[in-house]
Amino acid sequence: MHPRIIDELRAIVGTHGLIAEPEQLRTYECDGLTNLRVVPSAVVLPASGEHLQAVVRVCHRERIPFVARGSGTGLSGGALPVEGGVVISLSRLNRILEVDIPNARVVVEPGVINLDVTERVAPFGYFYAPDPSSQSVCTIGGNVAENSGGAHCLKYGFTANHVLGLKLVLPDGEIVQLGGKTLDPPGYDLMGVFVGSEGTLGIATEITLRVVKRPEVVQTLLAAFHSTDEAGAAVSEIIAAGILPAAIEMMDALSIQAAEAAVHAGYPQCDALLLVELDGPAAEVALSMERVTEICRGCGAWEIRLAQSEAERMVVWKGRKAAFAAMGRVAPDYIVQDGVIPRTALPRVLREIRQLSEAAGLRVANVFHAGDGNLHPLVLYDRSVPGQEHIAETLAFDIIKLCVQAGGSITGEHGVGREKQKYMSTMYAEPDLDTMQLVRCAFDPQHLANPDKVFPRPRLCAEKQGRYEPHPLEQAGVAELF
Amino acid sequence: MMVDAETLQADLRALVGAEHVRPATAADAIDGVPAQVVVEPGDAAEVAAVLRLARDAGLSVAPRGGGSKLGWGNPPRRVDLILSTRRLDRVVEHAWADMTATVQAGCTVAQLQRVLAEHGQRLALDPLWPATATIGGILATNDSGALRARFGTLRDLVLGVTIALPDGTLARSGGKVVKNVAGYDLPKLMTGALGTLGVITEATFRLYPLPSHVSCVRLSASEVSALHPVLLRVLDSTLAPSGVQLHARQGAAPALDLRFEGIAAALDAQLEQLARLAPGIASQPLAPEAWPTAEPLWDDADLALICKASVLPAQLDALVQTIRRVSAPLRLSWELLAQAAGVGWLRLAATNEQALLAALSILRAEVGRLHGSLAALHAPSAVKARLDVWGADESALPLMRRVKEQFDPQRVLNPGRFVGGI
Repeated sequence: MHPRIIDELRAIVGTHGLIAEPEQLRTYECDGLTNLRVVPSAVVLPASGEHLQAVVRVCHRERIPFVARGSGTGLSGGALPVEGGVVISLSRLNRILEVDIPNARVVVEPGVINLDVTERVAPFGYFYAPDPSSQSVCTIGGNVAENSGGAHCLKYGFTANHVLGLKLVLPDGEIVQLGGKTLDPPGYDLMGVFVGSEGTLGIATEITLRVVKRPEVVQTLLAAFHSTDEAGAAVSEIIAAGILPAAIEMMDALSIQAAEAAVHAGYPQCDALLLVELDGPAAEVALSMERVTEICRGCGAWEIRLAQSEAERMVVWKGRKAAFAAMGRVAPDYIVQDGVIPRTALPRVLREIRQLSEAAGLRVANVFHAGDGNLHPLVLYDRSVPGQEHIAETLAFDIIKLCVQAGGSITGEHGVGREKQKYMSTMYAEPDLDTMQLVRCAFDPQHLANPDKVFPRPRLCAEKQGRYEPHPLEQAGVAELF
Repeated sequence: MMVDAETLQADLRALVGAEHVRPATAADAIDGVPAQVVVEPGDAAEVAAVLRLARDAGLSVAPRGGGSKLGWGNPPRRVDLILSTRRLDRVVEHAWADMTATVQAGCTVAQLQRVLAEHGQRLALDPLWPATATIGGILATNDSGALRARFGTLRDLVLGVTIALPDGTLARSGGKVVKNVAGYDLPKLMTGALGTLGVITEATFRLYPLPSHVSCVRLSASEVSALHPVLLRVLDSTLAPSGVQLHARQGAAPALDLRFEGIAAALDAQLEQLARLAPGIASQPLAPEAWPTAEPLWDDADLALICKASVLPAQLDALVQTIRRVSAPLRLSWELLAQAAGVGWLRLAATNEQALLAALSILRAEVGRLHGSLAALHAPSAVKARLDVWGADESALPLMRRVKEQFDPQRVLNPGRFVGGI
């Protein structure tokens, strides 16, 4: 990058707000997906919305691609830098601007940590519902970009259901306000399409959130089954009984083993464990929990425990939330996948994953949000064994194809990012992707905001105004669209 | 370029079959703007083909479902074709065990609910005129009712859509699973877009069980200012009502209606808690069938404005005071049916058009000060001719225009009817 531009960026954000030293830039070379790394040309850390706007204006004028970044906990390479581009870190934009309890609204800057929102409103008896497992470190801005979920979105919905307003810096540096504290504003729901757009449509500088009143009672049940089939049947029956739990999580033998080794949650050693959490008015929870217990028993649960205190409940959840990190205890490396299937396909898909795992000769651990069919198969492997990483990647892709064939999605919460852009065409046909691209071209005709993510490449919106047409190299069979 | 009517009809007949094309009548006019031809495609591919034909011929198209809200929006600049979804009326799939349903755009809300009820499920939404309103129509107008308190609105319930674009593209977005973050969320973009970006041919929704028991209660007082604090206390409590609705009218006592759903034994405990939150407030059971809906606000609506108002929950009282203050000198009669979320239907009736225009203008300024919005959905045509029904002063308008430009560069779909003349 030209030193003149570096100087200009430094003049905007100050000496402490700019990183251009090669060694320091390495800190930003990847996000939670660590096998893809690109060193950016500069990292800027704006301290205000005005800084952010000025930085984006420079990028736009100079046609420099930029990638916004929160805490970098994303698992699909969504914040992977662009070579020659700028990373805009939002960690200094971390103020909670307004807390409006009577209307249950909170206005924050994008760098605010997810859990900090809950902590801020907890004294009033409220919480911020979307709770990704990384919620103690991930930022609201990142959550908005990825439309993050979490264990409790079965009942409470995703980030998209809790964002009411966005102040955005568009890729040309213009500022727009979408939505706000009041609901149903006239006009297109551009906010709805921005949430989950993975940083490809602009950068949020102020985010208006809905917070939720804490329920009267929360109860968590743990049930041990002889098989994932039995546990899967229990999940379906609970939902069919008209009960909407706050969360239903499932863990298989391998993930229980790993979680136990890491946090000693006291889980029974079984082939499938269900965690069922109910919340709401006390009388309703008590009656529904009786029914859930009956259903689990009827489906073959051989041990059922109801957490008797908040401390017990926390331990049960700690094991679940630690499961990914704990995989290091049972294998040197793993790939975590993020497929979604219709709930009823659960037993069948889990069986087919087992078959694929056996055929590939690699173990797959399963820990997932069973209530909404969001699987997180962890493909375990050893990088030091030649060829094993490739086998693991192929297996992970086969599992995702399985999810799509079952009527599901390639991602339920981790996003497409760089990791899954090549899978997008397994889920969407060319006209579908083409239509999404219309939105991209409206927001970012120059293709500067987080380019080359989400969509299969090459998708060269920047080379022409309008929609996708085959690149001459593609037509000649030289480059492949995948 | 315009083609002559006969050539056009012949082309359309070739696409969808002769019996599904007819000349428009006076009854097909939209907001007094006459149409040329009504065409009823039989499937999504035919919808796309009709749109492409219209685009190539330089014609404008107004999509039409049940027609219950056809008058919403600014008057169209032109209506050449009315594209009726009447024949797209099937529930394509009710995956009841997964609690999702895929339905064609022309299916009425009531018909969908009948099919879902066979397995004890529902689309957890209570829009206007369910017997005639279609799925495509409620999506295009983002219509919801009291159940939004618990289940959210259409944008929270729609999982996927198939849309036909003016260039003949048929595109699917979203999917059939509750959790899905692959690609842009076009179902949300289409919801409330008034059919100006594409024609929705099919949609998939997440479903909820029909409640085993419903208990409703009506709280009344002589003034809204006595009921509004109760509403705020309910929102700030651990009560879980599925609907909360404030009903205020000129010259009548206001009411606060609450709806609870769930297991009968558990509902009693909620009603007891409610009583503790509303000391000294008169309360009586309300039969669920008698739950007040917004439809009566439209009765004999010729010389009335019917608006969708949106303010913050804590400002509902202020909204009522403002309406009262503005209405009195203009001799308007008014009625407001507002959800606890702050979104409500407001009816203003007058003896002359001038009073309606004046009231709307003042109210818009006041609601704007509250950072809310006031859109006039029904207005006498002479009034509509003199106002922008949406009243949106949006910094996002240029961006909205760019989105429209991408999806519909030739302004085929509903030209002029949406915000900012989109």
